[in-house]
Amino acid sequence: MNNANFTAAALVPQILEGSVRATDVLDTVFATIREQEPRVHAFLQVTEDLARSQAEQVDRKIAEGKPVGPLAGIPIGIKDNLCVRGGRTTCASRILEPFVAPYDATVISRLRAADAVFVGKTNLDEFAMGSSTENSGFGATRNPIDLERVPGGSSGGSAAAIAAGMCVLALGSDTGGSIRQPASFCGIVGLKPTYSRVSRFGLVAFASSLDQIGPMAHTVRDAAMLLNVIAGADANDSTCSPDPVPNYVEGLEDGVRGLRLGVPREYFGEGLAPDIKSGLEKVIHRMEREGAELVDISLPHAPYAIGTYYLIATSEASANLARYDGVKYGFRAKDVKNLGEMYRRTRSEGFGPEVKRRILLGTYALSSGYYDQFYVKAQKVRTLISQDFESAFAKVDAILTPTTPDTAFKLGEKTSDPLQMYLVDIYTVSANLAGIPGISVPAGRDRSGLPFGMQVLGPKFGEPVVLRVARAVEMLRPGEAS
Amino acid sequence: MSNYRVVIGLEIHLQLATRTKVFCGCSNEFGGEPNTHSCPVCLGMPGVLPVFNRQVLEYALRLARALSSNVSERCRFVRKNYFYPDLPKGYQISQFHECLAYGGAVEIDVAGTTKRIHLDRIQIEEDAGKSLHSEDSHMEDTLVDVNRCGTPLLEIISKPTPGSPDCVYDPSVYLNSPDEAITYWVKLRQLTRYLGISECNMEEGNMRADANISIWDEARGSFGTKTEIKNLNSFKFAHRALTQEIARHIEILSGGGKVKQETMLYDSATDTVAPMRSKEEAHDYRYFPEPDLVPVVITEELLAQVRKNVPELPDERRKRFVSQFGLTRDAADLLSAERALADYFEGVVKSGSEPRTAANWVMGDVLRETNARKVDVSIFPVSPARLAELIALVASGTINQNVAKDVFAVMVDSGKQASQIVEERGLAQISDESALEGVVAEVMGRFPGEVQRFRAGEVKLMGFFVGQVMKATKGRANPALVNDLVRKYLS
Repeated sequence: MNNANFTAAALVPQILEGSVRATDVLDTVFATIREQEPRVHAFLQVTEDLARSQAEQVDRKIAEGKPVGPLAGIPIGIKDNLCVRGGRTTCASRILEPFVAPYDATVISRLRAADAVFVGKTNLDEFAMGSSTENSGFGATRNPIDLERVPGGSSGGSAAAIAAGMCVLALGSDTGGSIRQPASFCGIVGLKPTYSRVSRFGLVAFASSLDQIGPMAHTVRDAAMLLNVIAGADANDSTCSPDPVPNYVEGLEDGVRGLRLGVPREYFGEGLAPDIKSGLEKVIHRMEREGAELVDISLPHAPYAIGTYYLIATSEASANLARYDGVKYGFRAKDVKNLGEMYRRTRSEGFGPEVKRRILLGTYALSSGYYDQFYVKAQKVRTLISQDFESAFAKVDAILTPTTPDTAFKLGEKTSDPLQMYLVDIYTVSANLAGIPGISVPAGRDRSGLPFGMQVLGPKFGEPVVLRVARAVEMLRPGEAS
Repeated sequence: MSNYRVVIGLEIHLQLATRTKVFCGCSNEFGGEPNTHSCPVCLGMPGVLPVFNRQVLEYALRLARALSSNVSERCRFVRKNYFYPDLPKGYQISQFHECLAYGGAVEIDVAGTTKRIHLDRIQIEEDAGKSLHSEDSHMEDTLVDVNRCGTPLLEIISKPTPGSPDCVYDPSVYLNSPDEAITYWVKLRQLTRYLGISECNMEEGNMRADANISIWDEARGSFGTKTEIKNLNSFKFAHRALTQEIARHIEILSGGGKVKQETMLYDSATDTVAPMRSKEEAHDYRYFPEPDLVPVVITEELLAQVRKNVPELPDERRKRFVSQFGLTRDAADLLSAERALADYFEGVVKSGSEPRTAANWVMGDVLRETNARKVDVSIFPVSPARLAELIALVASGTINQNVAKDVFAVMVDSGKQASQIVEERGLAQISDESALEGVVAEVMGRFPGEVQRFRAGEVKLMGFFVGQVMKATKGRANPALVNDLVRKYLS
């Protein structure tokens, strides 16, 4: 099976009709894992026994003529900040290394009901804090396209696993670009849905008002199929939208004719790699030729997005990560003399440097005397950024931007300079601040053959238009080496 | 002393008696084996989310309504950040800027006049767990019980809140003495019990208070430095702690010294107030809006629904008992003190009893029995209707008052109806004149000496004769008729 056929859209009908068995698909996946995983290290844990029993169950159901779910037999990778009952959920952190959740995340329950097959828990930057998966407490993941390079992050394990053929679909989480940026670096599709579209219950929180779980896949159609399964109201998450979930596969092929597509000038200026700029311009012009109307737009507060993001995300993180104190679960420092020392040493030894940096930043931003100056001000700018998008979407149906300023960088290239690393998310964080959906779809390769994505942004609950535009980009096959 | 004007602000933490906790489905029942009322949500496990219990909102709105507080159209939760082992998330979900309700008052009786104590606000929050510090010196571990984590709390904060800029001195609306503070607390307890929103069990910590104390500086026109006493959990200890802390303030000020702003703890074992260790109070709580919960929108429909669930409150009820039923103020006070007792009394009246007679029965026999048996009047075996039936039997002359007391005792023990007991035991009053005439003649025949003495002018023997007749009829004779017949016999 080659990659083009290794999609949920292609496999599900074959599994349903019995021409391919779920266990056959799984065998293929595990053959690839045995070959690729030692080099790529996409997984923190491969759950072969669980996957095997799930695949066998699908085959049994089909043999017995029983109904199966919409992702029957499809091997899926699960970012290791999503709780799967009975197995370890580490968030790539030493502090949670021994933690076993006694509950499934809501998305996991839905995947079980959809008869998906859980291949394993994928690597990430510790607590999803990072853009390269180098911040993992258990070793970096490498980009299967070029092993010297990072897969992006924080959902780097999920992106690399798909790109290497070690699973068909994967779940990621996106707080500032953590689905879209690795999708861009690994040449796959990654969608961050509208905030509140997918339940966050069971997603280990980084920044609660920004976090969103989303699909990663080879194709736009596969991403839509996965979103169909995971989206929708949840009694366990009161921030989750009760709005009905459309069928995201419908209308995918409608093309861009008649759509107004916004091109924000702020996203194509200084800092964007020339190969990406020219590549994206080519794609944008093809869109116009397909019948889309291009609209020059401005998102004037875009330059403040990174600063705003790092104040809000770290503030929320400082509270969200307070529970890792060594009292109830996870790692506890040994031989401590008193409570204060237990807290200090547990957290000093359990958290990695980037996590500590962000906890400190957030604690500072919320401190008495700084709160108005930092947190409150950041919330105001966040409102302005949201308003930028609202004005823009009054004029356009979707917005086209780069996903990242550059293609995948080399391991270690940016680890010594956190600010350089933070700038990698410059085009993606705004969607999280505004709560709008954004997708990265392969849009070309640079002169070194490294892939880059086009980001398509839509209004809140505009997943259908975002997916439709992304599918139109995908149809041009711009990501394939020419 | 009289130069010092004492101002006390109370923050009462009231545990609500909802079935489940405020942000998860765990049982909210008190006690239980440690850590059995727990789930991933109240244990603060990774990835879980709180979901607000609407019953908590309904209960909170009942109190806001009863206290005439202004309910916000929209309130929201915040995170109050601090580390402690019995706080699993490392933050408490509370309210800060956009609270449930603002203003309102509690009316208390001070030396016969009504004083309205103004409230600052009412907010919703979650309780923390309990740290159990082992008393066994060989065991250094502190144990944590999370059963209480997530118990819904209302924080009812009285004015003043010294330090806030709009705070002016107005002794007519603040608590000005330990007595007033306790009266206020007792009143709030009565109200919340009436509303059915809390057990208000002091021993179980259902109502705990933090008190701030300051002395108004007349010369400078400002509040003196306040100190705060944390975690007062009984009326008695609160009174002692406040009295001592006020004396301490006055002693410092009269010696020309300055009160230091600090947080105090009352130790009931030694009956002393002492500062908390500074480490425990140096908190920067870093409040910020709780992103895991959506703002709570309070609609007019909800408020209308809540109004239906707010019963007549004790003050109104007491006044009505006086005006409608002609009860004395004391009787009305006693009968309106608890909602169940007031309901019981009104039930008796509604079943047809004369109100003052009903009041006497309830305050006398009923309360004596319920107190002796330590049962709540709401589950007392003699229902209001049954008591009314007993009272009717007396009113109609079927039985006399003394027999009625005996019948009541049998009713309590057997659960039978009064009429059934009267019939089974043949207790109906004898009002048949011809039958009683025979009894009188027979009794008089047994006491010829006494009859002679009576006729010689010893009229006080009248009572003796009546008593003997009653005895001969086992108390069933109509006492008025017996009186007449004895008089007739002797005349």
